[in-house]
Amino acid sequence: MEMDWIWGLAGGLLIGLGGATYLLGNGRIMGASGIIGGLVDKSGWSTGKERIAFLIGVLVMPLVLMPFFSDTDTHVTNNYIVLIAAGLLVGIGTRIANGCTSGHGVCGISRLSLRGITATVFYILAGGLSVVFFRHILGVI
Amino acid sequence: MKLLVALIAGGLFGSGLFISGMTDTAKVQGWLDVFGAWDPTLAFVMGGAILPMMVAWRLTRGSRPLTGGTFPPPPVAEVDRNLAIGSVLFGLGWGLAGLCPGPAIASLSYNGTAGVVFVVAMLGGMALAPMLRARLDSMGAAE
Repeated sequence: MEMDWIWGLAGGLLIGLGGATYLLGNGRIMGASGIIGGLVDKSGWSTGKERIAFLIGVLVMPLVLMPFFSDTDTHVTNNYIVLIAAGLLVGIGTRIANGCTSGHGVCGISRLSLRGITATVFYILAGGLSVVFFRHILGVI
Repeated sequence: MKLLVALIAGGLFGSGLFISGMTDTAKVQGWLDVFGAWDPTLAFVMGGAILPMMVAWRLTRGSRPLTGGTFPPPPVAEVDRNLAIGSVLFGLGWGLAGLCPGPAIASLSYNGTAGVVFVVAMLGGMALAPMLRARLDSMGAAE
């Protein structure tokens, strides 16, 4: 538990290296919601193969690393109503805002984008309110 | 070549999400939960990720992407209503389940049925978004 911040920092650096690779290699902003969303609403089909290759990397690497880590519990809820509501909100919200934690957060803040910083402030405040409301007031999560 | 770059970038991103603990919904919700047992990990992840990206943005100046093409244009310095509304909706969902798009995909293989249910709902939301965005735009135009 007390080592968590080191793993967090190391993992964060890898996330940043991934973003740097995507930017300097292909000239693209590494935003997970944009990469996925462009495949869903067809707006990104012209670069579809590149998007799919990226997502394969995201999906496969945790499986490769899994055997070297003892604690991989995701503590995800089994409340399907919560999962469906949360999934819809995340899908709709990230596409209306044009970005999520990786696109607006990591890639936006690192170039001091006003939109990235603003989005990050809004989704963190809303996320905090969400946890406080659903956990401490309603007690559903 | 573009596909290989994308695969490597995705691999680094997925590895980072996994190693940092960001696929653990308890850590994400723990960071958002300022009134509970606050977990600072996410701040280290964000900080760690922003550092290489700052260097990368600097390296884009006066150069071109390795596989050709052009770098993204400079950021638009305009904050619109959709950015705020979308980010609030996203944040509510993020807090509710402790998952955002990247970690949802990274943990899909070992997150059980719950992870699949979340991702299917998220894809559904992404499919609905263009229609909702058009509606928001027309509401904005009517004002």
